[in-house]
Amino acid sequence: MKTAIIDLTYLLSAVLFIFGLKRMQSPVTARTGNALASLGMLVAVVATLFLYEILSWPLMIAGVVLGGAIGVALARTVEMTAMPELVAIFNGFGGLASTLVAGAELAQYVGGGRLVDPEGFGIVSALTISLSILIGTVTFSGSVVANGKLSGWVTGTPISFPGLRVLTGLLLLGAGGALGTMLAAAPGFPAVPGAMIWAAVGLGGAAFLLGILLVIPIGGADMPVVVSLLNSYSGLAAAATGFVLDNTALIVSGTLVGAAGMILTVLMCDAMNRSLANVMLGGFGGGDGGGGGLDVPEGKSVNETSPDDTAILARYADSVIIVPGYGLAVAQAQHEVREMADRLEAQGVTVKYAIHPVAGRMPGHMNVLLAEANVDYEKLYELEEINSEFKSTDLAIVVGANDVVNPAARTDEGSPIYGMPILNVDEAETVVVIKRSLSPGYSGVPNELFYADNTKMLFSDAKEAVAGITESVKKMEEA
Amino acid sequence: MLDNLIIFVLAAFLGTEILSRVPQTLHTPLMSGANAISGITVVGALVAAGMTQGPWSTWLGFGALVVATINVVGGFLVTDRMLKMFGRKQAPPSQVDASSAAQRTDGTAS
Repeated sequence: MKTAIIDLTYLLSAVLFIFGLKRMQSPVTARTGNALASLGMLVAVVATLFLYEILSWPLMIAGVVLGGAIGVALARTVEMTAMPELVAIFNGFGGLASTLVAGAELAQYVGGGRLVDPEGFGIVSALTISLSILIGTVTFSGSVVANGKLSGWVTGTPISFPGLRVLTGLLLLGAGGALGTMLAAAPGFPAVPGAMIWAAVGLGGAAFLLGILLVIPIGGADMPVVVSLLNSYSGLAAAATGFVLDNTALIVSGTLVGAAGMILTVLMCDAMNRSLANVMLGGFGGGDGGGGGLDVPEGKSVNETSPDDTAILARYADSVIIVPGYGLAVAQAQHEVREMADRLEAQGVTVKYAIHPVAGRMPGHMNVLLAEANVDYEKLYELEEINSEFKSTDLAIVVGANDVVNPAARTDEGSPIYGMPILNVDEAETVVVIKRSLSPGYSGVPNELFYADNTKMLFSDAKEAVAGITESVKKMEEA
Repeated sequence: MLDNLIIFVLAAFLGTEILSRVPQTLHTPLMSGANAISGITVVGALVAAGMTQGPWSTWLGFGALVVATINVVGGFLVTDRMLKMFGRKQAPPSQVDASSAAQRTDGTAS
């Protein structure tokens, strides 16, 4: 009877998760969706606390209070520009939790600590526990490295060394061996615990290194793919733990999360016209293009412009499309961009935003930043929605974006980014590119857009440049 | 085990069906929200740490409980913080052209 009640409550929370996620299909309903999902979580936790026979209440409460306090602190203090870092580290926590639960499950059998079904260890248990350790640990160490790359304590440049692939292969073999040993040791466990325990520890170690090696060769701007993929793994890790504990709530929710991450991974890869394998093998491009000068290649010329001139262009335009990129996040220029748009709209200019799927460091990164600056989401347009409009647009302002507006993706078959869907800003009557230098984008490909006849370069920090344009528009009003 | 596998496969299809219709605008909150849901491992941690007497399993379970709770609490809160910003709307719907409005409201009938 009691197990039936537990199963039914878990079913209820799974249903709440599904409804919650479904409401993510529109910004209008999304917030209540999130509330429904958190209610689902509360139901699952309360049911577990009261329906299972929890022995160590003080410890449980201490754990929830400690974790809750850290969670609240992280969620409250994070800057919207740092959201990719936070999501990356949360992915890692999910993975770590799965590994620890699998480890705790294994430890229960040793030394007679297990109170429920102490004889029930079989080959299936060994398999599910080993998978939970493997996926959980890869997610954990991979996410920590991803967090490092996003927040800068690991270089954003792809790290590679001779023998990286060989080492990865050896570690995979090692992990496979450890997994096999755990399966082989299952019949003798827990009477003879040694082989099982050491194989589990070895598996964890190999998985830890694998996670690191998986992420270090990937460049900074491929991070949207990596974060999505690790998101998917964290879900799969929870599902694997569900198999370990024979718990439906974990399997359903973990799988939903796995699917969410996988969908985003595929979308991100499509938006770059690259396969997942290509991204994961890495080595593509350099860092964030911080270096690079203002050297104009031979036979090309650059039209330079100023905030004042751009303000005149924008003020007398009928329509302006703003194209934000990672540079906007780095400069934290979202509020300035919104102010500029407000000023222009007050002058009767139609302002729209064109968001490329891989602009920024995680899926939807630009949308969150602009939402923070109170830009109405109805003004944010996806690539397919807006690409036909550039032709009839007077002015496109590119704020810190590069590869996603590089016409070489359309025209130059030899280019590494050829075939990637881009925003056709070059079709606008005038393009103003706000950028610090002429340095190529992260892909390392020079951008022909900078030398086009209808392009004007505004060499400046995004925040200063946009604030300058706003100031100038304001002065024109007053004059 | 077989039952679990069936549930896994069905949930994967369901998840793909629901989540592929989430608009690009909400991809970041979708991720952080999904992230919080993957903190459901907290349930596993409670079972593992709360129903045992062995020190190893208790402390491993306790560690799992702490990190999973960070994931759940932090994930849901930060998602709410983001979605609150998306909820602020000033422009009346008439300002949006018909085609994109139709696309954006698609699937909200739930």
